[in-house]
Amino acid sequence: MTMPYYVAPEQVMKDRAEYAQKGIARGRALVAAVFSDGIVIVADNPSRTLHKISEIYDRVAFAGVGRYNEYDQLRVAGIRHADTKGFAYSREDVDARSLSNIYAQYLGQVFTHEMKPLEVEILVAELGGGPGDHRLYHIAYDGTVVDEERYSVLGGEAEAITGRVEAVYSPSWSLAEALRACVAALGGPERTLAPDDLEVGLLAATNGRRAFRRIGAAELGELLGAGAEEG
Amino acid sequence: MSLYLFAPPDDPGPSFAALWSRVHPDAPLTTPVPPDAVRHGTTIVALRHAGGIVMAGDRRATEGVSIAHRTIEKVYPADRLSAVAIAGAAGPAIQMVRLFQTQLEHYEKVEGATLSLEGKANQLSEMVRAHLPMAMQGLVVVPLFAGWDERREVGRIFTYDVTGGRYEEADFHATGSGGRDAKTTIKLGYREQLTRDEAVELAVQALYEAADEDAATGGPDPVRGIYPTVAIVSAEGFERVEESEVASRFADVLARRERPGGRSGGDVE
Repeated sequence: MTMPYYVAPEQVMKDRAEYAQKGIARGRALVAAVFSDGIVIVADNPSRTLHKISEIYDRVAFAGVGRYNEYDQLRVAGIRHADTKGFAYSREDVDARSLSNIYAQYLGQVFTHEMKPLEVEILVAELGGGPGDHRLYHIAYDGTVVDEERYSVLGGEAEAITGRVEAVYSPSWSLAEALRACVAALGGPERTLAPDDLEVGLLAATNGRRAFRRIGAAELGELLGAGAEEG
Repeated sequence: MSLYLFAPPDDPGPSFAALWSRVHPDAPLTTPVPPDAVRHGTTIVALRHAGGIVMAGDRRATEGVSIAHRTIEKVYPADRLSAVAIAGAAGPAIQMVRLFQTQLEHYEKVEGATLSLEGKANQLSEMVRAHLPMAMQGLVVVPLFAGWDERREVGRIFTYDVTGGRYEEADFHATGSGGRDAKTTIKLGYREQLTRDEAVELAVQALYEAADEDAATGGPDPVRGIYPTVAIVSAEGFERVEESEVASRFADVLARRERPGGRSGGDVE
């Protein structure tokens, strides 16, 4: 096969990165934050059925922003990885780090070798044994992994939202305080997000072996109300 | 370990068993195994009560005429609202339970919804059928499946044969080598709308009778503090009955037996 034109590799990468960034910036954002009892993930998502956040394994959760079909495929692949690993070895051997590495390799591979990069950013969160042991792995469209210990912001307007979370973040937040801060940071000064506009997932040891659970709109409304009173 | 991505026509969907057979095609054992070298589990029972089902099993595993294990577990939670119990070749049976548990959880996570109770029962049927080649070599696995049907708001019990045939039982069933004695005991004591306590009591009695007649079924062992497993599935989920409660119910059964009355077997005084 002949190559009709020469394009500098720098240019190819730059174009692909721009393309992916544009796709991701169009989507709505999400925030994950470590609080006193675990990890809470809050997504700006008005759909009740097309989830951005979901359970991967006992102590591992997934969140994605960008193109739904692409991150949902990654979500299912993550569940497959975790379940086959837990079945072949032991439930204790399933961890977020190895899954993040596999995601990173795949995203990096697609970014370098395929025509179109994946227009997604994903988060793999793992509930640790103690307060300092929780992990948030933020994986970008090109396979870059960032390991965060406090909070992580994915999606459009990530910088502005990060600034708003950074200003108020505290690891000793209660669930209600964490939710209130995350919702305020997602909405920013101009928007007030109602419980119906949000999808919330919680990783907490109090949920039992399967530490992930969703917080529905009704419970979220109560928690946000309680947070406002405490503040 | 890698990321399992499939083209749409090859995608195993929400089935973990299909995924597993695809990524580990050599996993099933095909070598014939002499039955005496294999651990066998024996008596398991399930019966319905007003709020759900009770499932119970003894704790003994045998290899031929030896006791191989005294504390084997035969009753497992399949998911939050169902339970599975196993009789037959213990090794493949326990592996089948692990696969079944993973299958149900996998479906739930991938699909974001739980299977109906009947869907779960049919999935187990597939697994028993897939096991048929090993069953033909003597490694028979016969599970009992029961759970709470959320849509019909009733407890339901399913039994299987080696071909994967799935049969719904009206009120109770027992299987394994002591299954006949256990089933007769339940049959004599059963009536509709038993309370939870009455159903637990009946399950305990059934296992006692099975252990009394069947060498491969373990009875209560107060010396070692080993008692059969009894579990309940209701709308609130799967719950193991506390060992202290099981122990005291067996003590009651024994106390009743010590009263003067007829005996079968033993010396004539």
